[in-house]
Amino acid sequence: MDLKPGSRWKSAVCDVEVVVVRPPKTPATLECGGYQMIPHAEAKPEGKEIAADFADGSAAGKRYADEETGMEVLCTKAGQGTLTIGGRPIGAKEAKKLPASD
Amino acid sequence: MHTALLLDMAADAAPDRLALGPRADGLTFAEARRRAHHGAAWLEQLGGTNVAFVGLNGPALPVAIFAAGMLARPFAPLNYRLSDADLNKLLARTAPSVAIVDDDMVPRLAAHEGVAVVSRSAFDAACKVHGDCEAQFLDADHDIAVLLFTSGTTGEPKAAILRHRNLTSYVISTVEFLGAEEDEAALVSVPPYHIAGISAVLTGTYGGRRIVHLEAFTPEAWVETAAREAITHAMVVPTMLGRILDVLEKTGETLPALKALSYGGGRMPLPVIERALNMLPHVDFANAYGLTETSSTISILGPDDHRMAIYADDEAGKRRLGSVGRPLPSLEVEIRGPDGEVLGPNQSGEIYVRGEQVSGEYTTKKVIQDDGWFATNDGGFLDEEGYLFVEGRLDDVIVRGGENMSPGEIEDVLREHPGVADVAVLGLPDNEWGEKVAAVVVAADTTPSADELAAWVKARLRSSKTPEVWAFRDALPYNDTGKLLRRQLKAEMAKA
Repeated sequence: MDLKPGSRWKSAVCDVEVVVVRPPKTPATLECGGYQMIPHAEAKPEGKEIAADFADGSAAGKRYADEETGMEVLCTKAGQGTLTIGGRPIGAKEAKKLPASD
Repeated sequence: MHTALLLDMAADAAPDRLALGPRADGLTFAEARRRAHHGAAWLEQLGGTNVAFVGLNGPALPVAIFAAGMLARPFAPLNYRLSDADLNKLLARTAPSVAIVDDDMVPRLAAHEGVAVVSRSAFDAACKVHGDCEAQFLDADHDIAVLLFTSGTTGEPKAAILRHRNLTSYVISTVEFLGAEEDEAALVSVPPYHIAGISAVLTGTYGGRRIVHLEAFTPEAWVETAAREAITHAMVVPTMLGRILDVLEKTGETLPALKALSYGGGRMPLPVIERALNMLPHVDFANAYGLTETSSTISILGPDDHRMAIYADDEAGKRRLGSVGRPLPSLEVEIRGPDGEVLGPNQSGEIYVRGEQVSGEYTTKKVIQDDGWFATNDGGFLDEEGYLFVEGRLDDVIVRGGENMSPGEIEDVLREHPGVADVAVLGLPDNEWGEKVAAVVVAADTTPSADELAAWVKARLRSSKTPEVWAFRDALPYNDTGKLLRRQLKAEMAKA
């Protein structure tokens, strides 16, 4: 997978969509709901179902960052699947709330 | 990541929330996206590579910004307050382009090769077409989101480049997605061609906060709109704030819905912000510092910092009200000396910044270093706790006999004199010292004498910082976004 910054991906099994904010330092596979994510423009494969172990949900507007590879994605559409890299769940980053300035 | 995706996210997650315009009949996020989508499809047919915008604030602005974003065409808002000749020069530079122009401004524009002028009403009509739009754009490869022409007080205006990744990085690292309450609304009164006018659209959309545009700023209209629309958030430039407070004092309006007021875009006189804190005790104040080339804010002095500074009983604490707070966690700031060496706390030098939101690029040249550091051309220092103080443009620093002096420091002292309503301090050529300090004063009710003001400065700073040349005027020259035209004043003073 070419996880370059700004590239958009969607889950093969649920509604989750992400955009890559920071690419991985080493090659990585990004999954959601237990299956490798597919390019945003591609059609979803048929007949696949979300894996029960990877159904904790992803929230729109949350940034998910992986310490091991340095990869960070922004979830742009919420869904039921859990985001993982090689089967390892990646956690949501806590954003520091800043006062509005524009 | 493209700017249009910010609207997409909000429209997916909160389609029915009000996004733009008045409470009574504003546009929802879903409708704003639908219109931008139709607008993009229409603009695409008209060709060109850039989308220019010549007009007042209003819902058409965000729709046009996002439509251009969907097409991955650079959006270039132009300053309609320029003379016809200058405006036409800028417009010609946007070719090949489509220019969306306020109907009553169309006659001001000449024909330019490669520029297709469309009226704002035609654009609005194209956006309002019913039904869904089937056109697909988003994966286009061009990455320039916005071209902003600088005010160009020293020659031809430069066009600053802001890429999609600069702007979206700024938005997602400073704003919580749909973090605003449903009833929140931001009043935007900075013009479309100012970086804060662009960033307000993007951060407001991502935060899910309704945007109410003031077509053009007057203090009366600002207060009236803020009251009528139950505005909760707003950003103003320093000259606006003083005039808003005057109207509040006169009308007795208290703006009970207002929660947060941020200010930036120039040095805020301490007496004005102190007056604001006292008149609007229920409001959270934030001072933001940023540049066009940094996609808006890079440092914020927050509400708690304001309250702590005003109640502080130590000098360092009090002084912080004059600072721009701490740099955003998503970027780095350094102060460097003339040879590029990094300086320690409380040492004045040039402010450098590095981070993904920093573009530091113009169409003519790239001024960002290969390692990502951008020299702001602003002088300043960090205190021991990391608060940033901005002393002004490096070109404005007065060098007298080898000593660097910040005009802002001397101006602040003079503004505290009851006889001074406004003041500008600048350097004039001097055969003995290189430069000498001059002050141009707008007097309050009674005009103080130059001797009295000189003694006032001398007692608070030191004699080398005391202006030797004094001039009194009825008003100082500002541009329409509240920036003092220091170079113009300097040229006039040098001639006199």
